[in-house]
Amino acid sequence: MISGPHKSKSDLKLIGTPMRKIEGLDKSTGRAVYTDDIVLPGMLHGKILRSPHPHARIVSIDVSEAEKLEGVHAVITGGDIPTKYGIIPWTADEYPLCTDRVRYIGDGVAAVAAMDEDLAIRALELIRVEYEELPAFLDPYESLAADGSTPYVHEPRKEGGNGNVTKQVQLEFGEVDELMAESDVIVEGKYFFEGSTHTPIEPHCAIGLWDGVGKLTVWSATQVPHYLHRELARVLELDPARVRVLQPLVGGAFGGKSEPFDLEFCVAKLSMLAARPVKILYTREEVFYAHRGRHPFHMKYQMGCTKDGKLTSVNAELLLDGGAYASFGLVTTYYAGQLLCAPYSMPAYRFDSTRLYTNKPACGPKRGHGSVQPRFAFEIQIDKLSEKVGLDPFEFRRRNFIGSNTRTVNELRITSNGFLECLESVERASRWRRKFRRLPFGQGVGVAGSTYISGTNYPIYPNDMPQSGVQMQIDRSGRVSVFSGASEIGQGCDSMVAYVAAEELGVPLEYVRVLRGDTDFTPVDLGAYSSRVTFMLGNAAIDAASKLREMVQKAVAEEWEVEAKEVLLVGGMAMWASDTERQMPIREAFNLAESRFGTLGATGWYNTPKDVHGEYRGGTIGASPAYSFTAHVAEVEVDVETGVVEVEKIWIAHDCGRALNPVLVEGQMEGSAYMGFGEALMEEQIFKSSEQGRAGLHNAPSLLDYRIPTSLDTPELESLIVESIDPEGPYGAKEAGEGPLHPSIPAIANAIYDAIGVRVDRLPFSPPNMWRAIEGAREAGTLVKPSIPDGSQVVPGAPHAGTISSGS
Amino acid sequence: MAPSGLSRAKLTYDGAWAPLVGFSSTVAAPRLAGHLFIMPAAIQIVRLNVNGDLREIGVPMHFTLLEALRYELGLTGSKQGCDKGDCGACTVILDGRPTLSCITPVCEAEGHSVITVEGLADVDGPHALQDAFDLHGAAQCGFCTPGILCSAAALLEQTTSPSRTEIKEALAGNLCRCTGYSKIYDAVMSAAQRLQVEAHLDGSRR
Repeated sequence: MISGPHKSKSDLKLIGTPMRKIEGLDKSTGRAVYTDDIVLPGMLHGKILRSPHPHARIVSIDVSEAEKLEGVHAVITGGDIPTKYGIIPWTADEYPLCTDRVRYIGDGVAAVAAMDEDLAIRALELIRVEYEELPAFLDPYESLAADGSTPYVHEPRKEGGNGNVTKQVQLEFGEVDELMAESDVIVEGKYFFEGSTHTPIEPHCAIGLWDGVGKLTVWSATQVPHYLHRELARVLELDPARVRVLQPLVGGAFGGKSEPFDLEFCVAKLSMLAARPVKILYTREEVFYAHRGRHPFHMKYQMGCTKDGKLTSVNAELLLDGGAYASFGLVTTYYAGQLLCAPYSMPAYRFDSTRLYTNKPACGPKRGHGSVQPRFAFEIQIDKLSEKVGLDPFEFRRRNFIGSNTRTVNELRITSNGFLECLESVERASRWRRKFRRLPFGQGVGVAGSTYISGTNYPIYPNDMPQSGVQMQIDRSGRVSVFSGASEIGQGCDSMVAYVAAEELGVPLEYVRVLRGDTDFTPVDLGAYSSRVTFMLGNAAIDAASKLREMVQKAVAEEWEVEAKEVLLVGGMAMWASDTERQMPIREAFNLAESRFGTLGATGWYNTPKDVHGEYRGGTIGASPAYSFTAHVAEVEVDVETGVVEVEKIWIAHDCGRALNPVLVEGQMEGSAYMGFGEALMEEQIFKSSEQGRAGLHNAPSLLDYRIPTSLDTPELESLIVESIDPEGPYGAKEAGEGPLHPSIPAIANAIYDAIGVRVDRLPFSPPNMWRAIEGAREAGTLVKPSIPDGSQVVPGAPHAGTISSGS
Repeated sequence: MAPSGLSRAKLTYDGAWAPLVGFSSTVAAPRLAGHLFIMPAAIQIVRLNVNGDLREIGVPMHFTLLEALRYELGLTGSKQGCDKGDCGACTVILDGRPTLSCITPVCEAEGHSVITVEGLADVDGPHALQDAFDLHGAAQCGFCTPGILCSAAALLEQTTSPSRTEIKEALAGNLCRCTGYSKIYDAVMSAAQRLQVEAHLDGSRR
């Protein structure tokens, strides 16, 4: 294993240049294969029967009529797979199919495999389930206040405890109350972040194939084939060595496919019973029930600073509406507090974060897991503080910059940090100084910053093995094969390992073949989550490729009787550094090495530093080998008569360490900003109350009614890449896939304030919500353009609307 | 199955097949035979012109064009994202017009020309749009890409030099969840320019 070679830009040939993706043309010609494109001989279609009640006991299930239907090959219920699963080993609380209780509308209770999909649907209708309805918890505050007089969503882990509490975390760093009391300015605010969901365009799909004598093969549109492999073996009581998981290309995920789901267990079990391959494809409606999206957050923030704009103390209370199951909730509860300690330095910080179960689809990790919601509140708080002390919000952020090579107040290790360059970049590109507080009423600009992890130092299940591995082999034709277990979900990780192989071994990109997505022949990579892949897989690929490169260099050096380090592998040739006229085609060099060392192959791996985290309970959560930094400026226009917010443009500056391929990095930045924009203005994963119809029913489980931005909605996006060259990242790279989502939402909120003087403290900034806030401000007489900051001093009685109540 | 509301498949199944199923499930016959008993009554023969090939297929009456393409003709390039006309991943070109194949009954495509993503390339290689999508990183996960390419190709048949606004409008029925659309516009613009240059060169050669 190696750690981040510090090559300068001039040493790099391919890395850092715009390159095509290795599967790009397959995707644009329709050749790319996704799970639902696979048809196996004799394949049956499966369907899952789902609960119509948000909370109920299953009294009985009668599947006999379904079993009698011609063409139905297998029917299963919860009792057929009676083992709980869950992505976090300590909080496994889901059955593949409910055994005795359903916990949300959409919870699975039975599954069938039939000759075709229509017949499977018909069979579901013949299943009779008798339910005893239970009172449902639909509001997290009701969950919190529950006294056990009606059944909790889950049984309490301790007798007398509240079974509706998934997790509570209280952490305090520094003298929070003392420093708060000494602050010159204190700003308090309440915020609500509405839940949202991922909506990848590809619905979840899985195929199970049981070979009849002990081997199970499952194809799945998953982001985590390794964890799926483990859970399939454990839950179905199979030898993991006889379980194979294949991951075809994944049609988008964003965190929505980062844990096992009912359909994967069901296709496996149905295939075992039917002795035929079985496919289940979720309907779009089922994707909304599977969810695992952004938790709704109820937040209270109190933040203080000195009169010259230095943060003194931060105090946060967070209530997370988790839905029916734990999912990644334990981690979410920590991230909600832990990931807020940069890019600003704060001497004291306390957070109290509680996740509640409710009878709704389970929330989990969506792009920017855990920190997008609190970042929304935090960056508005920063904006309010800036205004109170009379500072431009850029200047306020600069004054509180945490710096590089430092520790946060909660002891996270920061290495490279390009946040100041991000700020400078968006400030200049957006012509901020001409616009801030200077545009006409109704138009405004806002800024926000953020940080995010490049993977987590600790894997989901405790072990000391590498987080990512790669195997490479060289063929006599000059071809390099890379065996990668990483999850290609559109972000480009398959291409990334190919770029590394081409860079290190001097072959053209077309000579690199990436063999992927199959636990039978690829080393373990833990999955596409927590923005870990480029950092970890990239380092693993460099490790493997450099071992091969050294063999090739040595063999050529012996042939030429020169020093091995003087042999360069570049542009399809091996050449002598001292006289580049002396060269041979790379294939000959590879053949020499194979003659000298035997068949050419190498493994490479990466593991995270385990000695850089806080020495307190939970101190390992949020610890990452490197952190990315982002700043956005959003420009908006607000119509105060209709409440319509138009986002004209978002400038996105992101410190990704090094852009291995700037085209793909920009794609991640733009896609992130777009997704944040959608959450800010349009998206709502909400459920009906009893007055609105059936309590707990998803309000709009379709891509028409759950509004995501179309091409006409999406603002202009401008990417500004910042490179801080991380000391441990592959060629200095850090993450780019999740960090750039965070600032979109608060930057838009701060721009709305600049436009019309109204603070928006709840998502989304949709016309009804905006109109209510505008009417409130109109009545209070605060619907006015805020004034230009007048320098570094406290402005008494600066105009604030909305929820602020200021102290000191 | 959806706990709230009816799916299209359910409606068509109940409407067209329910009496047959009711009968077949009561007869004592081998499973396969029982199933086959249902099928013939529901099958229709459809003649399609897909990507220039004339094809005759037997499909259940309620099949959509998308189902016929994916399940009967093996043309899996066109994708199912929502199965109800919301997302645009199933878009194909029907007589030159971008059309949602997931809500087009297959019988309605009879007698018309259908072009799918697989039909955009020719013997000279990928369509300019396909190459540009690859070059500009316009396909991330790639699942919406076939539909977007069909919408864009239909646009370029209408206008050779579309503005960014015209591109946005042409793609408004195709949801992309990965890119934020920017790279897609870049790709369509650059493909349009390449096609213009090629048309110009072809013209001057003549």
